[in-house]
Amino acid sequence: MKLLVIGEARDGELRNVTFEAVAAAKKIDSDAEIVGVLCGSDDLNESGQEVIYHGADRVVTVTHDNLESYTSEGYSQAVMAVIEDESPDGIVMGHTAIGKDLTPKLAAKLGTGLISDATDIENDGDKAVFTRPIYSGKAFEKKVMTSGLTFATIRPNNIPALERDASRSGDVTSKEVDVKDINTVIKDVIRKASEGVDLSEANVIVAGGRGVKSAEGFEPLYELADILGGAVGASRGACDAEYCDYSLQIGQTGKVVTPDLYIAVGISGAIQHLAGMSNSKVIVAINKDPEANIFNVADYGIVGDIFEVIPKLTEELKQTV
Amino acid sequence: MNIYVLLKRTFDTEEKIIVSDGRIEDESAEYIINPYDEYAVEEAIKQRDEHGGEVTVITVGDEESEKQLRTALAMGADKAVLINTEDDVEDGDQFTTAQILHAYFEDKEADLILGGNVAIDEASGQVGPRLAESLGINYVTTITALEIDSDTAKIDKDVEGDVEKIETSLPLLVTCQQGLNEPRYPSLPGIMKAKKKPLEELELDDLDLDEDDVEAKTETIDVFLPPEKEAGRVLEGEIDDQVKELISLLKDDAKVL
Repeated sequence: MKLLVIGEARDGELRNVTFEAVAAAKKIDSDAEIVGVLCGSDDLNESGQEVIYHGADRVVTVTHDNLESYTSEGYSQAVMAVIEDESPDGIVMGHTAIGKDLTPKLAAKLGTGLISDATDIENDGDKAVFTRPIYSGKAFEKKVMTSGLTFATIRPNNIPALERDASRSGDVTSKEVDVKDINTVIKDVIRKASEGVDLSEANVIVAGGRGVKSAEGFEPLYELADILGGAVGASRGACDAEYCDYSLQIGQTGKVVTPDLYIAVGISGAIQHLAGMSNSKVIVAINKDPEANIFNVADYGIVGDIFEVIPKLTEELKQTV
Repeated sequence: MNIYVLLKRTFDTEEKIIVSDGRIEDESAEYIINPYDEYAVEEAIKQRDEHGGEVTVITVGDEESEKQLRTALAMGADKAVLINTEDDVEDGDQFTTAQILHAYFEDKEADLILGGNVAIDEASGQVGPRLAESLGINYVTTITALEIDSDTAKIDKDVEGDVEKIETSLPLLVTCQQGLNEPRYPSLPGIMKAKKKPLEELELDDLDLDEDDVEAKTETIDVFLPPEKEAGRVLEGEIDDQVKELISLLKDDAKVL
């Protein structure tokens, strides 16, 4: 079996989900030959080596000026050229902004199925079985491919990457592709996301709700998230009240997250919010209302004034972490 | 402008999910228009009001989906199409839906097709891009602003919190993200008018499709609920002590710090 793993970089750095996708491919078939695919406008040799250190057997790179930024048109031309060369039995990619945008286009071109947003993969001896959340994590389903390629995207942060092993070796080869006819042009990018840590990949999330009361009220949450190397999220209530941007929203509309640690601050815990975060490993709730529904899913709760608790928590962590 | 909206009927976000025999019980559930598709309906109406033309909402579903189509008509869409697959498709997937929509759109001259960026039930987000690819038209997913000037579209696209300023051309398919607009509620006169607006019902036959043409490429073999989360410990004592205790619990018991 030969499996293709489509990697992805952000600001020149390979995203961790690329390595998770390699591990996912191994779960589909532990004996498979795993071929990484990287697209970009600069030299990708070093990135290619990293993918090999994380478990790929070899890597094919496509470099072209038209691949500097992701566009579905550019990337699909590059990846399709590699698919035609390699005739893989399966393809794996991260379920990221790029993965979500690109993979349905590839699936349509190839006339295949696609299992999106898998959080686990097991091989039952015959074929790969993919577990994925439905209804924003209120339930899960197990899916299999019934015909054609095995094609899946995986949710970041769920399938652990393999340990980096710099003694591994493999070929990084480049493929010439004439990437052209880009009709959808990115004129500019406005950076709004919190620096560094992306919500969907964060190990720690500090999320605020209506109880945070204002945009300024989010400041202590950012400080806490900073200390913990985490990201800040929000409930719909906080977004609707314009305390923060909709891109931070966690819930049934918004992002579904599964960090190691989720700290819910001034969040009451509506069912729609719980759908987006209740599969987090450890949940801490801080709320002045002891009856708040969030305490029903929290591992640890503090009943108290968030404006008193959060700064104290940050101070204390500064001394211990 | 010829504007189409892809719409899906989904469980209300308030619904708890009940599973029996590996299937989700849907007997007593309340249904809504998929919230992301509501942004698409709203945007379609706005674009029509600005540029003229007609808004057609289309769904692949069963008879029950008429209710959500009527709601979209009550919001202000002009026409609705229900592709009823009740008798023909047992367990479709995103390939199935995209094939059906492709057959429908093949002889239409759509300038703009809008859909939600994801449905809150299956949440795969595949159908829009699949359809655009099969029709050979441009697409942009997760948009938060859309400005059309004759054949050119200027778009804000949400990329994990950053905004890409994109320019592309019609015909175009876009999928809508929260923040694009504030969907209106149907007005009472709107609801009255909606009852008389045209709603066309089609089956696979009418689209020259066989069941084989749309046979799913994937199969769901099980559905289950996540383990019930038990309520944990609410800490007690002075806030200072609670904070210290919390940190040691996170460090030593939960091992997440």
